[in-house]
Amino acid sequence: MDAVDVARWQFAITTVYHFLFVPITIGMSLIIAVFHTQWLRTRNLEYYRLTKFFGKLFLINFALGLVTGIVQEFQFGMNWSDYSRFVGDIFGAPLAFEALLAFFLESTFLGIWIFGWGRIPEKLHAGAIWLVHIGTVLSAYFILAANSFMQNPVGFRFNPATGRAEMSDFWAVLTNKVQLVTFPHVVLSAYMVGGGVVMGVALWLLRKHAGTPDESMYRRATRFGAIFALVASLGVIVSGDMQGKIMTEVQPMKMAAAEGLYETTSNAPFSVLSIGSLDGSEATRIIEIPGLLSFMATGSFDGTVEGINDLKGSEQEMAQQVAERYGPQVAALVTADSYTPLIPLTYWSFRFMIGLGALTMLFAALTLWGTRRGAVPVSTWWVWVAVLTPLAPVFANSWGWIFTEVGRQPWIVYGLMTTSTGVSPSVSTGEVWFSMIAYTLVYAVLAIIEVKLFLTYVRRGADPFEEPAHPASKGEDAPLEFAY
Amino acid sequence: MDLQLIWFGLIGLLWAGYLVLEGFDFGVGALLPVLGKGRDAADTEKRRRVMLTTIGPHWDGNEVWLLTAGGATFAAFPEWYATMFSGFYLAFLALLVALIVRNMGFEYRGKRNNDAWRQRWDWAIIGGSIVAPLLVGVALTNVVRGLPINRDMEYVGNFFTLLNPMSLLGGLVILGLSLTHGAFFLALKTKGDIQRDAQALGTTLGLGTAVLAVVLLLWLGFTQGTVWSWITTVIAAGALLGAIYANTRAREGWAFTGTAVTMAAAVATYFLTLYPNVMPTTLPGGTSLTIENASSSELTLKIMTVAALVFTPIVLLYTGYTYWAFRKRLGTKNIPVAVQVP
Repeated sequence: MDAVDVARWQFAITTVYHFLFVPITIGMSLIIAVFHTQWLRTRNLEYYRLTKFFGKLFLINFALGLVTGIVQEFQFGMNWSDYSRFVGDIFGAPLAFEALLAFFLESTFLGIWIFGWGRIPEKLHAGAIWLVHIGTVLSAYFILAANSFMQNPVGFRFNPATGRAEMSDFWAVLTNKVQLVTFPHVVLSAYMVGGGVVMGVALWLLRKHAGTPDESMYRRATRFGAIFALVASLGVIVSGDMQGKIMTEVQPMKMAAAEGLYETTSNAPFSVLSIGSLDGSEATRIIEIPGLLSFMATGSFDGTVEGINDLKGSEQEMAQQVAERYGPQVAALVTADSYTPLIPLTYWSFRFMIGLGALTMLFAALTLWGTRRGAVPVSTWWVWVAVLTPLAPVFANSWGWIFTEVGRQPWIVYGLMTTSTGVSPSVSTGEVWFSMIAYTLVYAVLAIIEVKLFLTYVRRGADPFEEPAHPASKGEDAPLEFAY
Repeated sequence: MDLQLIWFGLIGLLWAGYLVLEGFDFGVGALLPVLGKGRDAADTEKRRRVMLTTIGPHWDGNEVWLLTAGGATFAAFPEWYATMFSGFYLAFLALLVALIVRNMGFEYRGKRNNDAWRQRWDWAIIGGSIVAPLLVGVALTNVVRGLPINRDMEYVGNFFTLLNPMSLLGGLVILGLSLTHGAFFLALKTKGDIQRDAQALGTTLGLGTAVLAVVLLLWLGFTQGTVWSWITTVIAAGALLGAIYANTRAREGWAFTGTAVTMAAAVATYFLTLYPNVMPTTLPGGTSLTIENASSSELTLKIMTVAALVFTPIVLLYTGYTYWAFRKRLGTKNIPVAVQVP
């Protein structure tokens, strides 16, 4: 592997890993905010206990999202310095906005929320977790605006004097049409994850505590999580459908690659499964749904979807036009041996994303049915539902990102810069290898520690209620409600 | 031109903010084995928990200053970001690993009631809190001192190029300042034995750091100094001595303010020495990165300026609130029983 390959692997590993924790943070922070608010509104102790219980799980997860996020901020410059030089004028701004508007809000108010039990006024305390949630959503907005620029560069002009792309319209960058469909898709997927985690954990505890006084509390959380995941997943489908059409418009190659469709076809079918190499040499589809790909891409079952063979030519033409328009400085950035992404990975990642998302919906719906009118899901089969419901949407998110990033290749910025021209010239292959191994080892150890700790806390369940101390009623030496 | 200057100044402010704030939580983390040593095992554990709880609500927000400094450099000076982050590759890798393990330590240490578990995280916190400020100091000093950068703005040295005497001294100074700042923070935020010990240790640490800092700032001043950087050098030195004096008179607030000013003035000295470069080259025929040739376009700088003007006061306001909300001093009696999770 050369430096480009290792740098790509490193970005894939660190980013996919980071994004295991991010959607859990976004989704769970909202659910905990709702529980916390419900506790203040109703004084129902179940909500208090659920807030505390899921709060602990949330924090165990949040720590990893936080530390892996620092790497994200640094690695554009570390591994992708030529990319950073070329588009930093545009790409840097949303990152700076993210830090200034989102990270400060999220981190500061999370600190307030963690340590605020019994130390600050109640309403302010509950408000803190809402602000944490708003911070996570703002963060998603800005980082997705940056990513959407890579998918569909808008709001820039090429400056021959500096040899780089420069901002011409920040509003256009923030309201990129790719961004407007990606943002809801990603945030709703995160809500689906949050709902899935809460539902899965609570369902497992509901079985364990069936017939005890805690049954009603876990039932409440199970059903809340299931409804939350189900509603979110409907939004995921709608936004994903809109995204598919925009994607077909701006990156037709990605949609063709998603199906491994080589010839331009109208009424194009969508294959649920396939065998073989997907290299177009043989028909290998099994289980096809007629017209579905056309519908995903164009909104009509009879729509025409361009195939990879035709698109190879048009991508080449696009690259040539860009090179002619901007001159030799850019010509070097848009030249690639092949303008086709890795088809099998694009094909399968698309299906894993959809399949795991559908599984989440199915399990959420089953759980609502299994807990209807006081029923307790007793069969051991439900343990699998409890375990898989959190995992399925998390990995659906991973596959979605793998799909959208792999499907864009060979471009790092679509139509403007290829990935291989973006790496750091001053960093040796050995150094990238070294850092990749270092991150992978550290991340692997942390993953083991995290999962074990998370499961330990799940098994313990919610703590029994203890009277929360009132801020005013505490002496100088009274023990804090929470300390490290 | 003016906007470039403003952003050069703002990035200086972000680094100053970072070191003033995270400086004390680095110090508290690094002093865990010293000030967190009690009469017996139970007392040791309680003291450590007091120390960590004083920085608990703040360290995460403090660290965002680093992320914002990184993000702002990316947006306002993309060439600087690209050259610096790729040039300091292995050093920044080590910095990231140090920050990762210490942050995990803060969050996970108290999650199990198990001595081996706590001990391992203690080492992560201590190690990370020593290595991180050391590396930040080494990196910033290298930026000011100059590095082999070729005409294409690419760093052509290696990891060991960074380990020159002046930069290593810079690392020690930032570490020493963090330790002193952390001790003064603990003196301000704790009561009882920890406070007494922190005060005693703070004076020693402060004097040691003062010697190192004076050597570094004089070295920098005589080789690269300007009138303005000499003024901030004097402020830094004066504030540090004032802080030590205030500490000996048990004026904790003034002592902490003093080291905060020292940290900020030290960063100011660096940036005033650096100006108008952002990363000078030491190679003949190399290109020094300056606020002119490393900066973003006028439009990007304008947008960023508006954002900074609107949002920085809001950030400062709620950050200020956290310090007010958690202003109460803590002692070992305030520490609740450990979570009963094996």
